[in-house]
Amino acid sequence: MNDATQNRRRAIDVVNASLKKRYAREARFRRIGLGAVVLGLVFVSVLFFDIVSKGYTAFVQTHIELEVFFDPAVIDPEGKRDMQEIARADFRKLVREPLRALFPEVKKRNEKRALDGMLSGGAPYQLLDMVRSDPSLIGQRRTIDLIADDDIDMLVKGHIDRNAPPSDRRVNDQVIGWVDTLTEQGRVKRKFNSGFFVNGDSREPELAGIGGAVAGSFYTLLVTLVLSFPIGVAAAVYLEEFAPKNRWTDLIEVNINNLAAVPSIVFGLLGLAMFINLFGLPRSAPLVGGLVLTLMTLPTIIIAARAALKSVPPSIREAALGVGASKMQTVFHHVVPLAMPGMLTGTIIGMAQALGETAPLLMIGMVAFIVDVPGGPLDPSTVLPVQVYLWADSPERAFVERTSAAIIVLLAFLIAMNTFAVIMRRRFERRW
Amino acid sequence: MTTAESAASEAELPVPKAGVSIGSRPLDDDFKTVGNVRVNDARMSCTDVNVFYGEKHAIKHVDLDIGKNQVIAMIGPSGCGKSTFLRCLNRMNDTIDVCRVSGAIALDGQDIYDKKLDVVPLRAQVGMVFQKPNPFPKSIYDNIAYGPRIHGLAASRVELDEIVERSLTKAGLWDEVKDRLDQPGTGLSGGQQQRLCIARTIAVEPEVILMDEPCSALDPIATAKVEELIDELRENYTIAIVTHSMQQAARVSQRTAYFHLGHLVEVGETTEIFTNPRHKLTEDYITGRFG
Ligand SMILES: Nc1ncnc2c1ncn2[C@@H]1O[C@H](COP(=O)(O)OP(=O)(O)OP(=O)(O)O)[C@@H](O)[C@H]1O
Ligand SMILES: [Mg+2]
Repeated sequence: MNDATQNRRRAIDVVNASLKKRYAREARFRRIGLGAVVLGLVFVSVLFFDIVSKGYTAFVQTHIELEVFFDPAVIDPEGKRDMQEIARADFRKLVREPLRALFPEVKKRNEKRALDGMLSGGAPYQLLDMVRSDPSLIGQRRTIDLIADDDIDMLVKGHIDRNAPPSDRRVNDQVIGWVDTLTEQGRVKRKFNSGFFVNGDSREPELAGIGGAVAGSFYTLLVTLVLSFPIGVAAAVYLEEFAPKNRWTDLIEVNINNLAAVPSIVFGLLGLAMFINLFGLPRSAPLVGGLVLTLMTLPTIIIAARAALKSVPPSIREAALGVGASKMQTVFHHVVPLAMPGMLTGTIIGMAQALGETAPLLMIGMVAFIVDVPGGPLDPSTVLPVQVYLWADSPERAFVERTSAAIIVLLAFLIAMNTFAVIMRRRFERRW
Repeated sequence: MTTAESAASEAELPVPKAGVSIGSRPLDDDFKTVGNVRVNDARMSCTDVNVFYGEKHAIKHVDLDIGKNQVIAMIGPSGCGKSTFLRCLNRMNDTIDVCRVSGAIALDGQDIYDKKLDVVPLRAQVGMVFQKPNPFPKSIYDNIAYGPRIHGLAASRVELDEIVERSLTKAGLWDEVKDRLDQPGTGLSGGQQQRLCIARTIAVEPEVILMDEPCSALDPIATAKVEELIDELRENYTIAIVTHSMQQAARVSQRTAYFHLGHLVEVGETTEIFTNPRHKLTEDYITGRFG
């Protein structure tokens, strides 16, 4: 007995001998994991920094403060206060005059035109809108911040290099001189760019906004959510709880998994052929976009919902069946409520995917240049990512910052949705 | 490796290893149960019941009656099929895809495996307490009230409150939880959860109650309470209880059935079985020689 214990090495010695190696391996693994996380974070922060640094300036817009005379002779020569007449009046003259008055030395035609061009093409409409909401302005003088042209905006924001040869920049020395004079007079102001959030698209960068695209995305996602959540959950509940387990359900399962991997542009082609050409639904409409994105997100939602249903322990089902609940009662009183957080998480992730989707929407014409903010799911519109795509293609320097700003807004929506998904999961997670 | 497989490979060894008891050898397929499987006033009656989990033959040719207003205890080594057999009695095995049941099981003369039979009233009549406590992740109150609610047993909220209180009192849990009925049932201790499940089962007043090791997670005091409850319920109900405790079987049951690797080896009056077992396997088991 004594011999045996002495000859045999004590187990604890073996354990001790191997400890160092084990801990080293563990430390190595932890370092690799940490490295991966840090690398990922570095990439993400570089991306975010790049986008934010390019885009944040788009949230302010340069304005020029001018004293405008709402000249009745120009706005409403006949004094009838008829809005349709007024809308046709030459408001350009009203914005032109105070600026020319500041620089009386400007006489040559092309110089005058350059001076006029310092204000945005949208400035006259600013005045028109003011008169519309308050006709008593006619005949009065007001100090108004008028939107500057995008080139002036870029100059003020420092995106145009003053030292570059004149042929390489979009503003000449004379204009720079004017801007400097105006700046000295304190007339150049940078104001929060609320137009960026409410306006539709425009050829003029200083007037272009994401309002139309946000509304389009909203209607598109609304259609997607209203269709894909109930259909996805119902399909998952049927497949998981009620469908007989046979070759047909296996086939359906395989196909759903396959659909999740189909390139999204294929869904766009399908939507074009089915919804637009066959059913005659309008082009560029959020309704069609929503239908297409429903097709695309359904597999995601069904797979997530089935996983959530599967994770409900069978003992809960047995408990319900054991007291005499029917299959249906078991499923809807116990299983589905317990699976709901998982289903909602899957749905929100699907929605976030749909929000960022571009390719299939190009196929159904949501890439058109649309100025009006859509008022419903049947109006032609575009969506945020497509707006980003359109602006990224535009040559004007001012669209670069707007592209980045639109991306920031898109990312903010995505982060908000995903955070919401995480909170939901935490909130409703139950233990058993 | 399942119990049966390991038993089979051990049985093939030419020389039995020391310490391997005769008890782990499977019985012949045409083995006849020792003792009288029938009773005069049977509530449930099983004839030639076989259960397969896929290829695995888990219950082999079992004939057994469950007498009215009686407690029948089912004992046997782990994995011998006690739970499986019990789950046949209210068709709980339907929920397992791979499980197939053959033979006839009748409740008051009505075949419960009849294609036309509705399992909902069957399970309301034949209630079950599961081996592992499985409260709903809802409040204690809702756990008990769920069954009466779906069956419409309570006409009013007051009546429902009464049912909840009565069931919890019978299960010996009322005093512990009466102040926190709105807290989740899953927040109770293991033993409390098991008593909650017992209360949930008796809340729908089933006529036959199947209990799968209801006291395995309970302390002696709670166990005594449950045994008292079983004794009390016996006056009106029929009870089948699976237990690993010989003492419990001896205390609460009138009849005892001993299972072994899917076979029903011996069945008889509890006092008979414990004082004078007729089959060698039964004797080995109850005297603690294996199991
Ligand atoms: N769902 C299942 N699928 C496959 N085999 C199963 C399943 N449930 C039980 N079995 C097998 O059936 C046999 C009987 O199991 P059962 O649960 O009835 O045993 P038991 O007598 O209740 O054991 P214990 O006393 O440990 O609870 C075991 O060999 C087990 O492996
Ligand atoms: Mg068991």
